Amino acid sequence: MRTRDAHPARTAWLIVGGLLATMLLLAGCGSSDSSSSTSGEELQKVGKGEGSLSLISWAGYVEPEWTKPFEEKTGCKVSDKIAGTSDEMVELMRSGQYDGVSASGNATARLVEGGDVDPVNVDLVPNYKTIFSDLKDQPYNTFDGVNYGIPHGRGANLLMWNSNDVKPAPISWDVMLDPKKAAKYKGKISAYDDPIYIADAAVYLKAHQPELGIENPYELNEEQFEAAVDLLKEQRPFVGEYWSEAAKQISAFAGGDDQVGTTWQYQYFELKNAGKPVAASPASQGFLPKEGATGWSDTWMISSEAKHPNCMYMWMDWIVSPKVNAEVAEFFGEAPAQSLACEQTADKEFCTKYHADNPGFWKRVYYWETPLADCGNGSSDCKDYNDWVQAWTSVKG
Amino acid sequence: MGHRLAGLFHGRPRLQISGLLAGPVGWLVIGYLGSLAVLLIAAFWTVDPLSGELVQGLSFENFETLFNEPVYRDIVKRTVLIAALVTVTDAVLAFPIAFYMAKVASRRGKAILVVAVLLPLWSSYLVKVYAWRTMLSAGGVINWALEPFGLSGPGFGSTAVWLVMSYLWLPYMILPIYAGLERIPNSLISASEDLGASPFTTFRRVILPLAFPAVVAGSIFTFALTLGDYITPRLVSNDQFIGNVIFNNISNNLPFASALALVPIVVMIAYLMVARKLGAFEHI
Repeated sequence: MRTRDAHPARTAWLIVGGLLATMLLLAGCGSSDSSSSTSGEELQKVGKGEGSLSLISWAGYVEPEWTKPFEEKTGCKVSDKIAGTSDEMVELMRSGQYDGVSASGNATARLVEGGDVDPVNVDLVPNYKTIFSDLKDQPYNTFDGVNYGIPHGRGANLLMWNSNDVKPAPISWDVMLDPKKAAKYKGKISAYDDPIYIADAAVYLKAHQPELGIENPYELNEEQFEAAVDLLKEQRPFVGEYWSEAAKQISAFAGGDDQVGTTWQYQYFELKNAGKPVAASPASQGFLPKEGATGWSDTWMISSEAKHPNCMYMWMDWIVSPKVNAEVAEFFGEAPAQSLACEQTADKEFCTKYHADNPGFWKRVYYWETPLADCGNGSSDCKDYNDWVQAWTSVKG
Repeated sequence: MGHRLAGLFHGRPRLQISGLLAGPVGWLVIGYLGSLAVLLIAAFWTVDPLSGELVQGLSFENFETLFNEPVYRDIVKRTVLIAALVTVTDAVLAFPIAFYMAKVASRRGKAILVVAVLLPLWSSYLVKVYAWRTMLSAGGVINWALEPFGLSGPGFGSTAVWLVMSYLWLPYMILPIYAGLERIPNSLISASEDLGASPFTTFRRVILPLAFPAVVAGSIFTFALTLGDYITPRLVSNDQFIGNVIFNNISNNLPFASALALVPIVVMIAYLMVARKLGAFEHI
């Protein structure tokens, strides 16, 4: 053995110094390639498939029932990553490792602004023609007149209650948002745990405090935003639980912890099928509380760094083909985007039940959008999504 | 080729050591310290509100928000308080169990107890939290059991977080204390008895001082794990903890999430320095 280093302390400092230098170097490398190039060009012709396709989707959108036949037909092997929230979808798309995503309206603008997705040439998606016209060229899928995606399906957030405990059946969101009425269900109210829930308060205020002048619940100026946030802060003591996982809300309603709340079709039908005494706004009320409701309309978008653009185009056409779109809609419990899907559903009444072809119904549904500083009317004093996230943190306390 | 390589390393102990350690040290530096450094640097960046793109540069905006918004102070206080409570609870529960395992149980009983302590770690964390969620719910088993006495369970909230975390991290406290107690020679205990000390005095003057570093070592686990967890608070309470707020900010405002992530790091550094003073690392 050689003699050991005479100055262990000095060696230690050298190592620490070396580590710091490496770290700074790494940090520097990490920051130099940040501005990803955005080609912004749409495909002109769908060529031969690249053999595989990697997607980000909501649970239930990419299932073997319709991916298997797709793989056989196109040779594009599908791998799917399920995301739980819109924020997660944006984050995954920014990694640049995916070809496409089923984005909700509160993700699409962020993806477009960030240059993460490319415009979609709808002429290359033959099934686009027969998609319900009130889903086309909407602010959440079309930017500056350019189409950025193919509509997939849509739904409204529901008001759900335990029919044994909540009587009479509520016809308004006031049952959970008007402090006087909400107090009756103190600790039994179930609210959605996401900054976008502020829009639910805005929908309520739009109807109940018209002097605020709220038009779009996602474009709120200082005063309107404060009013919505204050309303939620008043609601806070009455909330039994904020949910963001469907399973969590199902267990809260099944276990009797919550009696009234905002929900998705999925949870409602799960509870109903399990024999739980839940109810949601019935047909006689137009399926919505009187103020209307927030909802979602999802769009398949193609990544600006897609490695398999041809496969992605084939997928976008496949998922809105009548039969497949019917399958997805029935599987998930939402209204299909494809008008011809209504002839293909197993339940012939499906499209009627879900109002797929009822534009009047959807006028009262405010699809999730990304809150931006740009109010859409020239002024830019609206609260952006960062403000929404911070406000949501302070609502929950 | 092999010979040439062997020749290269022959008689060069430094090269040998470097070759041997390059992999693990590289992993540590790049995987752990490197990402920490990026985190630290990112905390001074900001986000362009429109595109969500990172704006690089030195800005204290995130830290200003962190200090000026009372809600974040409340969240930090709540998180540290629960972490401390969980640590104390686990230490109190774990010590007798570990003592029985180390000094009282037979060889066979010891083996069974070690397996029993480790067994909960084999099942999924999520399953355990959801099980607690079911037990704590309004119609759950806890309320059912307390009902005849006219009492009701804690329901969902910070108390539930404290309960569930204490349950989850208990094995991480038992095992270090058990290892620490094992290391105390029985002869010391006998000697203390021979010298006329009562069992309580033996415990207080001999066992506790020797086992204390092990308790502190275990507390590092329970404290750090509680400080960083965000799934349990999400499932059994409406209260936000540091981890929840980081999670909520990570995709749209990474710099702010980074700034927040530094809070538990600072708390942990302070904690580790105290632990070092208390001798937690002497036997490692």
